[in-house]
Formats: sequence, C-alpha cells, structure tokens
Amino acid sequence: MTTSEKYVTAAYLVVLAVVLLYVILYSFKLSRLEREVAELTELAQRRRAA
Amino acid sequence: MSLRNNRAVLLAAAASVLLVAGLTLALFWAPEDADQGFSQRIFYVHVPIALTAYACFGWGAWKALRLLWTRESRYDLESYTAVHMGVIFGILTLVTGSIWAKISWGVWWTWSERQLTLFLVLFLFYCAYFMLRFSVESGPRRANLSAVYALFGVALIPVSFLAIRLAENFIHPVVFTRDGPQMSGSMFFVFCVCLAAMLGLFASLYTNELTGKRLDARLRELREALE
Amino acid sequence: MTYFADVAALARKDILLELRSRDTLPAMLLFVVSALVVFHFSLPSDASATASTGLLWIALLFTALLGLGRAFTAEREQRVLDGLVLAPCDRSAIWLAKSLGVMVFLGVAEAVALPAYALFFEPVGWELVAAVLLADLGLAAVGTLLAAMAAASRARELLLPLLFLPLVIPVVVGGVGATVVDDPGRYLGFLALYDLIFAILSWASFEYVVAE
Repeated sequence: MTTSEKYVTAAYLVVLAVVLLYVILYSFKLSRLEREVAELTELAQRRRAA
Repeated sequence: MSLRNNRAVLLAAAASVLLVAGLTLALFWAPEDADQGFSQRIFYVHVPIALTAYACFGWGAWKALRLLWTRESRYDLESYTAVHMGVIFGILTLVTGSIWAKISWGVWWTWSERQLTLFLVLFLFYCAYFMLRFSVESGPRRANLSAVYALFGVALIPVSFLAIRLAENFIHPVVFTRDGPQMSGSMFFVFCVCLAAMLGLFASLYTNELTGKRLDARLRELREALE
Repeated sequence: MTYFADVAALARKDILLELRSRDTLPAMLLFVVSALVVFHFSLPSDASATASTGLLWIALLFTALLGLGRAFTAEREQRVLDGLVLAPCDRSAIWLAKSLGVMVFLGVAEAVALPAYALFFEPVGWELVAAVLLADLGLAAVGTLLAAMAAASRARELLLPLLFLPLVIPVVVGGVGATVVDDPGRYLGFLALYDLIFAILSWASFEYVVAE
C-alpha cells in the first residue's frame, strides 16, 4: 500500500473506531441504567411491604 | 412505546446498510480521481461528516428555538443531545480533515484550509457549551442559557466563515493549490450515499442517546419519589 | 419612551456606582498598560509592526474581559438582579444599559491604552481608532449577555473567558485587519455587520438569560 492509501484507510478506520467506542461507552451506560432500575425496584418493593 | 422502539431499530438498520454501502462504494466502486488518485477517496468520509456536524448544530439550534418559544422542557434534552452529537462529528471532522491535510500537503494542520479553521472555532465554541451546562444547576435556567448559547452558535457559523476569509488577506498562509473536486456523475452518487449514511448515523445515534438521557431523567425522578 | 428612560436610569446608576467605588476602571487601566509593557518584553526584536497590532487587540480583549467579569458582581452580591428583573421595565433594557456602561468603561480604558500603544510601539492611525470604537460595540453587546450567563453559573470568573473568546474571534479579525491592510473599509464594514447581528441577537435573548 502506498502512503496515501495508508492514510485514507486510517481515516476510515478512525471513523469506525469512534463509532465503536461510542457503542462501548453506551453499553456501560446501559448496564448502569439496568443496575439503577434493579435498585429502584427493590426500594419500591420494600416500600410496598412496609 | 413499542412503536418508538421499532423506529429506533429501523433507523439503526437503515443507517448500517447505508454506511456499509457507502463505504464499500467509496473504497471500491468509485472511479479513481485523475489528479489525486486514491487519496481523493477520503473526501467521501470527510465532507459528509463535516456536513452532518453542521446539521447537528442546526438541529440543536432549532430545538433550542422551540424551547424558548414554547417553554416545553423536552426540547432542552433534544437540543443538548444534538449539540453533543455535533461535537462528536466535529471531532471526527477535525481528525479526518487533519489526515486529508497530511495526505495532500504533508502537514498535520494548516490554517489555509478554511473549513478546518472554521471547525476549530466552532469546536471551541461548543466545548464551552458543555462547560456552561456543567456549571449551572439543572432546571429551566440551565435550559434557557443552553438554548440561547446554541442559537449564538449558528449565528457564529457564517460570521466566522466570513472572518476567516477576510483574515487570509493579512495572515499569510502557505498557499496550497488544490483543484476543486470535479465530480463525475458516479462520484457524486457515491458522495450522496455517504452523506445519507452519515446523516443516518447521526439520526440513529441521536435517537438512542436521547432515549438514554430521558431514561436517566425518569430514573432520577423515580429515585426521588421513592427515597 | 419609558424604555429609553429606563435604560438611561440604569446606565447612570452603573456609572455613578463605579465613580463612587472606583474599583473596576482603575484595574482595567492598570491592566492594559501592564499588558502592553509585558508585550514589549515578549516580542522578539525583529517583530513587525503588525505583530504589535495583534498584541494590542489581545490586550483590549482581556481588558474587556476584566471589566465584564465585574459587570454583574455588584448586582449579584446584593441580589439586586432579582429586583431589577421584577421591575416593570423590559428586561432587554437591563442589557442595553449594562452594555452602554461597559462601552463607556472600555472607551476610557482605550483612551489610555491607545496613547500608551502609540508611545511604546507604533503610531495610531484613524483606522485603528475607528476599528476600536466599532469593536467596542460588539464586545460590549456580546460580553454583557455572556457575563449575565456566567453570573448564573457556579464557575463565574472561569466560565466567562471560555464563552467569550470563541465568539469574539471575528472581532479580532476585523480589528487587526482594519489596522493592517491598505483598504480598511471591508474590515470596518465587517465589524459593523458583526455588531449588528450580535447586538440584535443579544438584545432579543437577554430576557431568557435572566428569567428564572
């Protein structure tokens, strides 16, 4: 591959990397949301029992 | 609720298809440029991303205007998400633009590239948007301040562009000659597919991000109600 | 015409306050002269005249920031801003009055800065004076709005420069261009355009910035 081809590929890969990074960060956020829902459900059930 | 979910899934699917199609076309099918050769293909990634970033800021400003108009709080989250996406696409524009500069002229940054300079100014402006949001308590005050600032942003775009053009008269850049893209029909088609792909990506990411932020807000309300 | 009466009253209040307390304006004057002296030491000996022009504009920008940072502190410290907002005047009158006050302070600071610049560096032409006056309008208009925003936040003094600098890049371009280029008309026209656009925008959106 010539140098310019390498750079063009790098550009495309950067775009892909950023999008995938976003997906990874978002999945962290989703698991945090899941945890919160679980906590709040527990809180609500405790409330109802009391 | 399931209708909204379906829309999100459809958007994501459409964006994925367009992205794969666009990138494949750009790398394999599009005709080789006579002047610049293979390196011209970065154009199919850089310019659609730049245009999408502008679309993000424009969308954010529109939602900001709706907020100030109707005072409905949902527009705050929508405007914020759009600006957030705009900054992400802005970073990508700067990075791909820098790579393009490296390919074309051998330097990682050049002030003579007007679009790039404009994006740098806008990037600084919208980063300050986040500083503003983080230093104000959440509520209608923060929503109003963010909305006004987002509107100033879109006013800044043409004014900055004019300023950068005027600045070239006394800031003597190293003059790089570059032939404007003489796009053949098939090149234009590939460009349009890539543009649609990037806009689709924005729409899809925007929808997901917005859902996530709304969920966050509702969970916080729930927590406050229960504790 | 009560609108302009309100504006005049508010502007008079700000200027009188400053005349009595004398804290902001002397600081601005001292700052701009100190900055010019620092620039003398920071410029290499073969620096061109245009370089020192650029530095003058930077000095003016930061002097403006200094003045703007204090624009709403008096109100905030005495919670007068709430009272002003509740007053039966158009909120945008507050913006106009404050901007006029800021312009007066900037004008006084420049009346000292420009002669100092002429003394230390280069003679000052009419284009520079015209550019500075036009720039004052834009800086005051935009700066007052942003100062009100920053006053509402926790970070205040930290936030104002961050909000201010990207927005005033066009002012710097217009100002330096008008001073340096042979035909300053375009740059002065551009400064006027900037002033028009952002003054209208600031005037229209100020009430949203101070509303609760």
